[in-house]
Amino acid sequence: MSFMKSLMGAAASIALVAGAAAADPALIYDLGGKFDKSFNESAFNGAERWAKETGGKYFEIEMQSEAQREQALRRFAEAGANPIITTGFAFSGPIGDVAGDYPDTTFVTVDGWVPDAPNVLIVSFTEHEGSYLVGMMAALKSESDTVGFIGGMDVPLIRKFACGYAQGVKAVNPDATIISNMTGTTPSAWNDPVKGSELAKAQISQGADVIYAAAGGTGVGVLQTAADEGILSIGVDSNQNPLHPGKVLTSMLKRVDTAVYNVLKAGDDAKGGYLSFNLADEGVDYAMDENNADLVSAEMQATVDAAKAKIISGEVVVHDYTSDDSCPALSF
Amino acid sequence: MDFLTIIQVLDSTIRLATPLLLACLAGLFSERAGIFDIGLEGKMLAAAFFSAAFAATTGSAWLGLFAGVCASMMLSGLHGLASITFRGNQLISGVAINFLASGMTVLIAQSWFRQGGRTPSLTGDARFTSIELPFADTLQDVPFLGPIYSELLSGHSVLVYLAFLAVPASYWLLYSTRFGLRLRAVGENPAAVDTAGISVIGMRFAAVAICGILCGIAGAYLSTSLQAGFVKEMTAGRGFIALAALIFAKWRPWYAMMSCLLFGFLQAVSLRYQNIQIGDFTIPVQLMDALPYILTVVILAGFVGKAIPPRAGGEPYVKER
Repeated sequence: MSFMKSLMGAAASIALVAGAAAADPALIYDLGGKFDKSFNESAFNGAERWAKETGGKYFEIEMQSEAQREQALRRFAEAGANPIITTGFAFSGPIGDVAGDYPDTTFVTVDGWVPDAPNVLIVSFTEHEGSYLVGMMAALKSESDTVGFIGGMDVPLIRKFACGYAQGVKAVNPDATIISNMTGTTPSAWNDPVKGSELAKAQISQGADVIYAAAGGTGVGVLQTAADEGILSIGVDSNQNPLHPGKVLTSMLKRVDTAVYNVLKAGDDAKGGYLSFNLADEGVDYAMDENNADLVSAEMQATVDAAKAKIISGEVVVHDYTSDDSCPALSF
Repeated sequence: MDFLTIIQVLDSTIRLATPLLLACLAGLFSERAGIFDIGLEGKMLAAAFFSAAFAATTGSAWLGLFAGVCASMMLSGLHGLASITFRGNQLISGVAINFLASGMTVLIAQSWFRQGGRTPSLTGDARFTSIELPFADTLQDVPFLGPIYSELLSGHSVLVYLAFLAVPASYWLLYSTRFGLRLRAVGENPAAVDTAGISVIGMRFAAVAICGILCGIAGAYLSTSLQAGFVKEMTAGRGFIALAALIFAKWRPWYAMMSCLLFGFLQAVSLRYQNIQIGDFTIPVQLMDALPYILTVVILAGFVGKAIPPRAGGEPYVKER
């Protein structure tokens, strides 16, 4: 078995090395797909920006199934790619298994958690803070005092979004109702816009007039239905305001592109450790552009910006669901 | 749970059951003729893409539907070619079609629209809009029956009504026409049909063609009616749930409708209520999602009557040995 393994490893490395010079970085997209108009696409944009500025080249691969993760990591590592950037929490396990075998390669996990591995760079975002701000925005805009949240796959990371959002809503309007739904418990929950639509319709019929979708490709269906039914939606990760101009209240920005860009720029100097992007360094934010300028009044923006300043200064602390697996503002 | 909520859940049931029903009837025709088809998912996906793509470029939902049906029939033809003409393994051919559709749609979408494997959002005539049945507004205030008519039955897209009309049509075609008798016979005992001087291969190709048309409508419904565009893998396993429904219905049209409505209802309930409280028990949403499969296993295990597939199903017909 181990002979076979090394044989296969050798074959894989020969195949990859032949095509490329060593030490080019690699980027691995999660199941949502490279062009999800959201999380993975943001990573791609960051890499493209780096490539354009430096003329560098990078490898990339899009995951098609759970089983490919470890294989992809090993193949890139064998080929000498460095650093290897992965998007999505689901890479935590495979990186944990693989990292020890390639001590000279830096593995980067965006959203993942791999403890006690010296060559793993963990990039995290304070999504709860960004979600808090869009939650405030939703509560300020809502006329029915009922707002919705639609998550993708039911995992702690998405609950972190939901919890931050709920806290933001409650901060503006303690009596507001928050309807929270998760699309599913399997990875197909990231790519089921039909279910997203039905969830949005169900929430609308329960009175929601602003819905925040943190659900990858499923969110496309949520935003579509919200636009069809004449209510407002909130996008996630990338700026999704232009998808339905005038119908998307705002988007919770998670600057995966900045993170990827910074890591790529560091190149071989990227070492293991911990990198957090928060409100202060604009790693998370809410999106304002010409598409939603008419939806957000100056007053609303001032309120939200004030809260933002308070969070940055530490005056307001937004509870992080993943810190203790509980949420004061929302029960799951 | 008040009356209006029940109506809303049932309304959602109809929307969710429609693609299942079309795919289920598609599988029914194919399997009744002795051709197992696990490629329903792939055909729906291809149809979803091509109907959205053509609707986006031409601006007409009907042209999109036509393109989707054509694409689905092409894949059906491929399935027929592999498993009828060349007598290949039907299951393998079906799996291949699923893979082909999954990769092909994203690839073509990316090189066509450059929007990352999706089509542009459809607006206006490029989408099937909902149809208000006559007097829906006036009857709205009639107690009890009013909401049922105006909320539940009215306001769906034309494809929904088409899907439910396809049920009696299938029943009539299968059980009241010569064509239907022959089609069922081909799935049970092709040699006898052959002896009677009827082309087994012709009948089977006709069956997979009907299967292609119905899958095409199902896919078009997903991308141009329920949604406004194609997203990769947007069928999300509906083809497989339709297969489960087909077994659950024991390969009969009216029962197919009932089982699809049941499965649609389970989905609608699980979307509306994340966790259901019954007394002290909490039913987790995962159980609701898994119920269609659990029910199918129960049926297959023979607890609720026996599900016997068409006898010649899965076997290519060989005239002489």
